Order: sequence, then structure tokens, then C-alpha cells
Amino acid sequence: MTTQEKEAAEPASKVDLPGESGGGGEIPTYNLTLKVRRYNPEVSEEAHWEDYELEMFGTDRVLDALHKVKWEIDGSLSFRRSCAHGVCGSDAMRINGRNRLACKTLLKDLDLSKPVTVEAIKGLPCEKDLIVDMEPFFQSYREIMPFLMNEGHEPERERYQSQEDRDRFDDTTKCILCAACTSSCPVFWTDGQYFGPAAIVNAHRFIFDSRDDAGDLRLEILNDKEGVWRCRTTFNCTEACPRGIQVTKAIAEVKQAVLARAF
Amino acid sequence: MQLHKYDVVIVGAGGAGMRAAIESGQRARTAVLTKIYPTRSHTGAAQGGMCAALANVEEDNWEWHTFDTIKGGDYLVDQDAAEVMAKEAIDAVLDLEKMGLPFNRTPEGRIDQRRFGGHTRDHGKSPVRRACYAADRTGHMILQTLYQNCVKHNVEFFNEYYVLDLVMTEVDGKPRPSGVVTYDLATGEVHVFQAKSIVFASGGCGKIFKTTSNAHTLTGDGMAIAFRNGLPLEDMEFVQFHPTGLAGLGILVSEAARGEGGILRNSEGERFMERYAPTIKDLAPRDIVARSMANEVREGRGCGPNKDYVLLDLTHLEPEHIDAKLPDITEFARTYLGVEPYTEPVPVFPTAHYAMGGIPTNIDAEVYRNSEETVPGLYAAGEVACVSVHGSNRLGTNSLLDINVFGKRAGIKAAEYAATADFLPVPEDAAQPTQDLLDLMRNGKGDQKVAVLRKELQDVMDADMQVFRTADTIHNALDKIADLQERYKHIQIQDQGKRFNLDLLEAVELGFLLELAKVMSVAALHREESRGGHFREDFPNRDDDKFMKHSMAYLDEGAETDSVAGIRLETKPVIFTRYEPMERKY
Ligand SMILES: Cc1cc2nc3c(=O)[nH]c(=O)nc-3n(C[C@H](O)[C@H](O)[C@H](O)COP(=O)(O)OP(=O)(O)OC[C@H]3O[C@@H](n4cnc5c(N)ncnc54)[C@H](O)[C@@H]3O)c2cc1C
Ligand code: SF4
Ligand code: FES
Repeated sequence: MTTQEKEAAEPASKVDLPGESGGGGEIPTYNLTLKVRRYNPEVSEEAHWEDYELEMFGTDRVLDALHKVKWEIDGSLSFRRSCAHGVCGSDAMRINGRNRLACKTLLKDLDLSKPVTVEAIKGLPCEKDLIVDMEPFFQSYREIMPFLMNEGHEPERERYQSQEDRDRFDDTTKCILCAACTSSCPVFWTDGQYFGPAAIVNAHRFIFDSRDDAGDLRLEILNDKEGVWRCRTTFNCTEACPRGIQVTKAIAEVKQAVLARAF
Repeated sequence: MQLHKYDVVIVGAGGAGMRAAIESGQRARTAVLTKIYPTRSHTGAAQGGMCAALANVEEDNWEWHTFDTIKGGDYLVDQDAAEVMAKEAIDAVLDLEKMGLPFNRTPEGRIDQRRFGGHTRDHGKSPVRRACYAADRTGHMILQTLYQNCVKHNVEFFNEYYVLDLVMTEVDGKPRPSGVVTYDLATGEVHVFQAKSIVFASGGCGKIFKTTSNAHTLTGDGMAIAFRNGLPLEDMEFVQFHPTGLAGLGILVSEAARGEGGILRNSEGERFMERYAPTIKDLAPRDIVARSMANEVREGRGCGPNKDYVLLDLTHLEPEHIDAKLPDITEFARTYLGVEPYTEPVPVFPTAHYAMGGIPTNIDAEVYRNSEETVPGLYAAGEVACVSVHGSNRLGTNSLLDINVFGKRAGIKAAEYAATADFLPVPEDAAQPTQDLLDLMRNGKGDQKVAVLRKELQDVMDADMQVFRTADTIHNALDKIADLQERYKHIQIQDQGKRFNLDLLEAVELGFLLELAKVMSVAALHREESRGGHFREDFPNRDDDKFMKHSMAYLDEGAETDSVAGIRLETKPVIFTRYEPMERKY
């Protein structure tokens, strides 16, 4: 590939900058109502909605709006966050009824003429405000044995893997375990036993890794009554995934692999 | 108060903590305490790669890698440690591959390698392909792979347990670690973990600054806890500022953007790097590019409404090329700034990226209590530690390596030590200082707000302690920090509950940040030279006669350093093995 790259012409020392990027101008601001579903069992068993009127800037995200509330209005508002740019998976929540990461959702992309609603993801027990108990989610993840199992003896150097074999499971290695998919799945809401899409995505990552020898074992687990067959192909998960993983496609591939095995 | 007993306790579940846990967990009863879920740790944000002289794609060897690391660190690197890291790099990468990490592959199916700034063949002759990578999410894959292997080995995690103190027990007149005090976020209960060995792997402290590539949770807790317990902090004046953070946000745009042909421009559309580094221009070392950018802004040639950033211009590159080589960067620019990099230049400004300093250790990850002596049973690894393999400036891809090499060493050493040692008694009132601290925060009735104080701290550190420093700016920062520390005594928090009280913990974290900002500033004031990430405009040259040594800062009520009270500054010699200091030229 590198041989094909042609030498780029030396870029100009000085150019005319497009539009307003050179400077000047105002940063646009927005007024909005943030409507947050508050829940704190220390205070009351009942959840309630609370409205906050905020003035925010053009590049602000829902996470910035939540921080503004927490830091300037009500310090007891509780939510998880860390990286603030969509790579750690801490802040999946329901924003205007859809599962998304608060740090990856820009306010200006939402309809601000109506209140922006924010609530905890569904299907996992709410602990306080936007914080849910993630244990059941990680329990399903652990059950599919999410680690490489290889029966051959260890080579001295690396195991070889062709580029095609590596590409085969690339999509599902992107998962950040945010639970946006699993908690958007209607089957998961009604049936607490279902493994849920995220666990299947992570099983896929190993089943289709040419270096792994435990595919049969994982397929057997997923063929179980709580496994892949519960999936009704509603595509909520694929829409929810902030990493753009083709979740439904991954589940379909696992289903096919189970059938091909014919236990 | 609940008491737990483990042979080994590891504080932190990023790359360093989990790499340690995989070793220690198979040898000794181990608990990992982490304030966020392991997979949320900031190791997952690393993009570029992890280097090792595998020589998979071209000739390379660990000795060249050692040299590059030492030169990159402007000779403040301990050379024995750099040798260990470069030598063990090869196994560190192969270990990860065997654990399942999906590295990108060469056409033959071996681990692929690519170039990264400062990594060269034969002592600087030409760039070498040394960075192993997994697309543009190497850190993510390292974090996931290590977590997967922790699941495999049944490592015991205590998630959302904030470690707030170290318990020291006197043995033969010297304090030794006997446990840690933690706060369980879910319940608000304080727990004490008694342990024979304790490993700090709690990451960096980028949140001292306003503009940073670091996560909200990187508040330097481990460093501050060690410092408060009388242990020294080494080389805290050295912070790496990465040239290209997204303006106003600090989110990292990898060096690869300029490697692929990106150009920095000021408000006049001028390619200003031609003036600062006529030959290598935009690809000059990180510290030089960062200073040039800041200077353009300072002289009024910044862009945007507040003229406070410059532009990274990719518009002359083919969209297909951008898509193939820089997908993550372009996505961040679109999502967060609403800028389309095909047609519009991207606003960027230097961002606080990496703490070269930290808790001093030797090559076995054993923590120093002073310049000669280590503390039995206490270890540190990763960004929280200072081995020192990065000296005054870390090379790209050397940190993901550091966390794996020294994380592994720490895990093995901690378990081995635990096998021979007895538990030390934990005093009855071990948790009292933590309880008092929490009560003070909860019951404070003052008029000061945590978020306001934190913002003022971050603003002054960006203004006065960033890429340009002078005695005047540092004094200004120190005055402000003193004022903030005073006001910190009068804070009031709103959340009075026990469950998930992050309001309370943000107040505690602010205390850590203030303490570390002071240490950083005092060390920077004392170092009257410019070296690596530390640039003093009033002392623009490196001064090996006076400052070829590590700084060691101690909490000391009675002491005074350069007329700043409360900190004692000592030095530790740099370890040389075979490379004489030379001028750092590229
Ligand atoms: C955006 C970005 C890109 C980078 N890219 C690269 C790269 O390409 N190559 C490279 O080599 N380096 C890179 N780096 C640097 C490198 O990623 C980090 O230095 C490294 O990952 C730090 O790992 P760690 O294990 O020390 O800490 P972290 O991964 O930050 O983990 C810290 C852990 O400590 C825990 N913790 C903290 N405080 C407490 C407490 N009080 N109680 C309990 N637990 C606590 C946290 O929960 C967390 O689990 C990059 C850094 C950033 C920010
Ligand atoms: S598949 Fe996507 S939505 Fe589901 S947990 Fe992983 S990253 Fe989140
Ligand atoms: S805060 Fe990390 S994904 Fe949103």
C-alpha cells in the first residue's frame, strides 16, 4: 500500500481560511429545560421528574448539562461518568426515550423547543437517579467466558493470524460494555434471565477469533433457553450502540453458528 | 467499620493494576480496589500503540529503544529502568497476544508495527516501526484483554471502592504499610483492608488542569495519599502537554494527524511552524510544537471568538486518506466541535496529557521512602509511579508499555513479599482520619463551592503552569493555590446521603488536586532550567550542572522551599549506565 502513496505537494505556507474559522463571532447559546427522573430511596421510594432551566453553549453535550445541574444547582444529582468522550462506557442513559451516552450526545442535535428528558437505562435496578446496578449485566458477560481459550501448546513468539482472520471479528472488539444495547432490548426488560445483546456481542468476539478453541463451549451456553434464541430481531440494540457495532448482525451470525453446530 | 484481610491489595484497575492482579492473583490472595469499574479506566482511551523492539517489520533491537527513551526524556531517565523496560517490552507484547489481544497483523500474520515520534533505528538515524497497535484503539484492547484475563483467573474486584488513606504501622521505628482505608460508594460505609503488600496503580492527575486529555476521575488520589503519609513525590514538575487537544475540550487528537500531513495554522492562515522549526516544522517534538502554538495565541494570532486556539488543517488531504488513516480523530472533531475535517480546519490547543512524576520506585516497583531506602511491602506502578523511565518527557507508546512491564513486576514482587511476611497490626483507630475528613466535608457550613474552587484552580494552572512558566507565573499560581486551600476549609456540599454520594467524593478529590498542584508548582519554581516538559522562560536552557537530578518533594509542616512553607524539596541522583547526556536534537 505504501508504495502507491504519491508524494503530496508541499502545502501552502499561507492560505485563506474558510468562513469564520479565522476568528471573531459569538459562541451561540441555547436555553433549554432539562427534565431528569430523580430517584433516591433514602428519601422516597417514588421516583419523580424534576425540571432545570439551563443556558448552555453550542458545543455542549448532555453530560455538560448534567454537570451544570450538579455543580451549580443541586449537588445531589447522581450519575456516572469518566472519560467524557465516548470511550469508557460509564454514562449510558435514556435521553428523550433513546439509549445513548450523555457525553456523546450534543444538545444542538436535540429538539430544544421541548424539554430534554433524561432517565436511567431500563431493565437494570435503579440505585439512585441515573445510576443502575450493573452487576446483572456483568454477570451475563462473565457467563459467556469472555477470554481466549487455546488448547495448543504455547508458541514461543506470537500466534499467527491472517489479516482476514483478524478482520472477521473486528466489529465486536469495539464494545465498551456500556449496556446501551442490552438495556434497550424489550426481551431483556421482560425476561431478566436473557443474556442480552452485549454478552452475545462479546461471545461473538471470541467465537470468530481464529485463535480460540472454545467456540463449541460458548455456543452450547448460548443455545440454552436464555440464550440467542430469545432475540426477536427488533434492532433496538444496533440503533443504541454508541460504537456503531452491528449488534443484530453479530447475534444473527452467532445463531447461524449454533445451527451449523447442530447440538 | 468493616475489616477485610488479603495478602495483597491493589489500588486501581487500569492497565497497571490489572496486569499486577493477573500475576498476584495466581500467587496470593488478592483484592483489587477501584473507584470506577475496571473497564472504565482511562487506559482505554489510549489510541496510538505500545512499543517493543519485536523487529517484525524491520531491523530493531531493545538497545536502540533504550537509547530513544533516555534521549526523549532529556537524560533525566534512570537508565537501568529504561533498559529493563525496553528488554521486557518484547515479552510484554507477546504476553498480551497470548492473552488474546487482537493486534493488527502483517501480511504474514505477525504482529504489525508502525512509526511513532522519537522512536528511531540505530540511535537516531531514521524512524523505526516499533509501535504495536490494534487499529486506533490500542488502549481499549489492552484494558479489555486484561479485564478478560482477570475474569478468567477469578480476580476479586471491589468496584466503586474509593481508597482514601494508607494505614502505616510503626516497625522498629519506621512506618510500614499495614492496610488501606476505603469508602464504598454504593453504601457510604468505610472499610479497612488489611494487607501484607499494597500496590498503588491509581493513574495520573491531569484534572489539575482545565484543558486535559485525562478523564474526570484522574485526580491524583494515589499520589496525594502517599504524600500525606510522609512519602516523597518525584519529579512532579514534569507534565507532558500534548499539542493537539480539541480546543476547549482537551480531547486528544493523536500525533498521527500531523504524521499523515496535517498542518497547524494561525488566524492569518499562516503555517507558523515554519518559523519555529524550519526543517521538521509540524513534526517537531511535542513540547516544541505545544510552545509554538501557545506563543501564537499569546501574540494575538489565535483563532475563534476568543482567539484562544489554532487550527489543524487537514483539508488538503484526500477524504479517502483521512478515512483510512484518521477515522477516530475525524469522528471526534465532527461529534464534539461540529467541524467537518474534509473541508474545515479543526480548532486545537495543547492539552495536559501525562504526569511524568509520581511515587518514586525502583525497577522492582518498590516505593522509596527517601532517596536511598525502600518501604517493605509497598509498591507502585503505572502513571501514579515514577520509576523513572520517562525522565522529563515521555515518548509516545512508552506508557502502555510501562504499565505492562512494571505492572507485572509489581504483581509478582507484591505476592512474593506477602508469602514471606506477616500481617502487621492495624491500629484500632486506623479509619479515624478518614472518618474525620468525611465528617468535616459533610458538616461544613461555609459558603464555598467545590465546583467553583476546582474551576479556579484549573484556570490558574492552565494560565500559569502550562507550557510557559516563569518565577512570576509560578508565584502567582502558588498564591492562588494558598488562597484556594484556605477557602477549601469553608466548603459546603449539598448531598447529605449515604448512597452514591459523588458530591462528597468530589470534595475529597479537590483536596488531592490542591495538594498536588502545590507540589507541582514548588518543584517547578525550584527547577531553574528548561528540560523536556518543563519550560522556564526565565531559564530557557538545560542546566546539567545544577539540575541533572530528580526532585523529591515531602510534606513537612516546618519546612520552607524557596520561601514556600510546608514542603521540603530534596534530590535523588539520576542513574546512568552507559549513555552520556547529549543535547536533545532531532
Ligand atoms: C487520550 C490518551 C491517549 C493516550 N495514548 C497513549 C498511547 O497511544 N500510548 C501510550 O503508551 N500511552 C498513551 N497514553 C498514556 C496511557 O494511556 C496512560 O498513562 C496509562 O494508560 C495509565 O494507566 P494506569 O493503569 O496507570 O492508570 P489508569 O488506566 O488511569 O487507571 C487508574 C485506575 O485507578 C483507579 N483509582 C484511581 N484513584 C483511586 C482511588 N482513590 N481508589 C481506588 N481506585 C482508584 C481507577 O478506578 C482506575 O481503575 C494516553 C493517555 C491518554 C489520556
Ligand atoms: S455492543 Fe455497543 S451498546 Fe452494547 S455494550 Fe457494547 S458498546 Fe455498548
Ligand atoms: S463518560 Fe466515558 S463514555 Fe461517556
